[in-house]
Amino acid sequence: MTDYNFAYLDEQTKRMIRRAILKGLAVPGYQVPFASREMPMPYGWGTGGVQVSAAVLTPDDTFKVIDQGADDTTNAVSIRRFFEKTAGVAVTEKTAKASVIQTRHRIPETDLTEDQILVYQVPIPEPLRFLEPSEVETRKMHALEEYGLMHVKLYEDISQHGAIATAYAYPVKVEGRYVMDPSPIPKFDNPKLNMAGIQLFGAGREQRIYAVPPYTQVVSLDFEDHPFEASKADHACDLCGSTTSYLDELIVDDEGGRMFMCSDTDFCAARREDAA
Amino acid sequence: MIAIENVSKTFTLHNQGAAVIKVMQDAQLHVEPGECVALTGASGAGKSTLMRMIYGNYLAASGRIFVGDTDVAQADPRQILDLRRHTLGYVSQFLRVVPRVPTLNVVADPLLSTGTTEAEALQTAGDLLARLNIPERLWMLSPTTFSGGEQQRVNIARGFAYPYPALLLDEPTASLDATNRDTVLTLIEEAKARGAAILGIFHDTAARDRICDRVVDVTCFTPGAQSVPA
Amino acid sequence: MTPLLQVENIAKFYGPRIGCTDVTFDLYPGEVMGIVGESGSGKSTLLNCLAGHLPPDRGAVKFDTRTDGLRDTVTMSEPERRMLGRTDWAFVHQHARDGLRMNVSAGGNVGERLMAVGARHYGDIRSTATDWLGRVEIDADRIDDRPTAFSGGMQQRLQIARNLVTGPRLVFMDEPTGGLDVSVQARLLDLLRGLVREMGLSAIIVTHDLAVVRLLADRLMVMKSGHVVENGLTDQVLDDPQHAYTQLLVSSVLQV
Repeated sequence: MTDYNFAYLDEQTKRMIRRAILKGLAVPGYQVPFASREMPMPYGWGTGGVQVSAAVLTPDDTFKVIDQGADDTTNAVSIRRFFEKTAGVAVTEKTAKASVIQTRHRIPETDLTEDQILVYQVPIPEPLRFLEPSEVETRKMHALEEYGLMHVKLYEDISQHGAIATAYAYPVKVEGRYVMDPSPIPKFDNPKLNMAGIQLFGAGREQRIYAVPPYTQVVSLDFEDHPFEASKADHACDLCGSTTSYLDELIVDDEGGRMFMCSDTDFCAARREDAA
Repeated sequence: MIAIENVSKTFTLHNQGAAVIKVMQDAQLHVEPGECVALTGASGAGKSTLMRMIYGNYLAASGRIFVGDTDVAQADPRQILDLRRHTLGYVSQFLRVVPRVPTLNVVADPLLSTGTTEAEALQTAGDLLARLNIPERLWMLSPTTFSGGEQQRVNIARGFAYPYPALLLDEPTASLDATNRDTVLTLIEEAKARGAAILGIFHDTAARDRICDRVVDVTCFTPGAQSVPA
Repeated sequence: MTPLLQVENIAKFYGPRIGCTDVTFDLYPGEVMGIVGESGSGKSTLLNCLAGHLPPDRGAVKFDTRTDGLRDTVTMSEPERRMLGRTDWAFVHQHARDGLRMNVSAGGNVGERLMAVGARHYGDIRSTATDWLGRVEIDADRIDDRPTAFSGGMQQRLQIARNLVTGPRLVFMDEPTGGLDVSVQARLLDLLRGLVREMGLSAIIVTHDLAVVRLLADRLMVMKSGHVVENGLTDQVLDDPQHAYTQLLVSSVLQV
């Protein structure tokens, strides 16, 4: 183990990524370009998140990985094992016990504390991309705070669906300045973006890192007459009975039978243990 | 109101051997408020040329053309546009309008561009069209499809919609029947009565005798010969 | 009255070639100026220099801003110029697809400039968009259709609505009726004339169609090889052209 650098990346790469992270924290919501490395997994499987995690992990950290809220899916398991092997850090499935949590598409139900870092995997970091294909133009729009286009997208939603139908990757404005894509988390999680922990976002293929420091104001964009709503399935968890957590819908047979269960597996399991 | 001093006019035809054609020399003319003056002279003597110079369509080669306080020969486009909006009306022989615009709006146009409310402008336009016997069912149609006589009357209605202090009339009674001719002459008399200075071309001698105070023969402004290409 | 736009000695070169040079004029509020000339005469280059799409090599384009009076838009900062571009200025492209977002509904296209200047009430944005679609004669029930489903004439009218919704004071138009059927052109001309008067707009229209300028423009500038060869009242330039090129241009128009 001593022949290899801690946590997979060479020291120069780690410094480069850490500088990008610090810059991101200094300018909340701003997309910092970085020289993304080849990782031993395909793009789209969290290469950005893995590089950010590798750069912030220390030997004393306890690491947790979730994919859509679950600790036991392929993606989560393989990334967790990757760091067990290359960093030798302690791992956990308990949100409260982890010091670094890498996530794909969810924020844990349990509130994070000032001692925790949440690392997001981001597929497309540019919130304006769907309407403006030119990177030169979108950078200029960020620089000049020309964000009218973002509302055009929400307008289109309402005109087509009668309500803002964007259910995930719902755009936010950070500290009154940059409009940011919070990665494809459900909009139910958007209010949780205002938190005590540090939030880091890594997009490997797109080579961008951005960040939200603790206690930063994050506001979901909306219209005065169509205010933002953090929606979820109108149901309770069929396993733990929670009425406040974000639910996954599961088809259980061929007759259309279905059940709802917490998307955050650790939260659900802890509630069931407490009840038992 | 209209005062022309030493005006001359030449055309230089660059694409035809740079021929220089002198068409007018030392033209002098005055029209007072409330006066109607007729221009006479054979066809080609320069009646229409003089009218167009006064309206600013043709550039004068030299001399001064006053309409009110504005020297049209020296004024920049903005001043001429303002003059045309508020001071100087022109009834030409040909109707030139944006296709598709209803007749009523064509006639109301000079009023609308001087700030009259739409309701009032359309009311005035309707009254004029009625006086000139344009049937109401045609008012909402574009005049581009009308007969020659109808177009001429629409043109007159448009020219008389706004009370210009000075008016240029190019054969206003041509191609009109007796009734409409009489209406047009009455309109001209009314304009004179409110103090308009009117300069016109009338081939209709009876009409000329009825409304004109003086006659000016433009033949005396015609230069003797044409110059040879340089 | 102060001019809305003062253009002083504008020049643009493409290497050794002249795009346009020595262009100077004033445009007053409510005036419509036409720029005519054949392809390659520099009229589009000039329009792009005036509208801030191309940096001129020389000269000033001074605009009478609402807050600070006359400002040179060539030397003002880019954010300020872009702000002008979505508030007091408008640009109508020859090809509607250059001026529209083709993957956004008609209502979204019209609403974009409103949202860009801070409108955040969906109902208000939508009713303003509906009103504007009506003014450019597009049925209200087409508000949620994309421009790809519109005819060429409708797309052009939509582009005009999208541009005029924020009540600009100066509109740049590049061949606004080019490529449209004659009957569609007439309708568009009528519409533009009405809007120009109703809103007291000033406009600069580049075209090679003399019939269009006669109906729309108060003043006319004739360009050839990057130079302004003649300048004056539209009907004077067309009825009594002074320069050899203008005479050729006017005499070359086919009579119907």
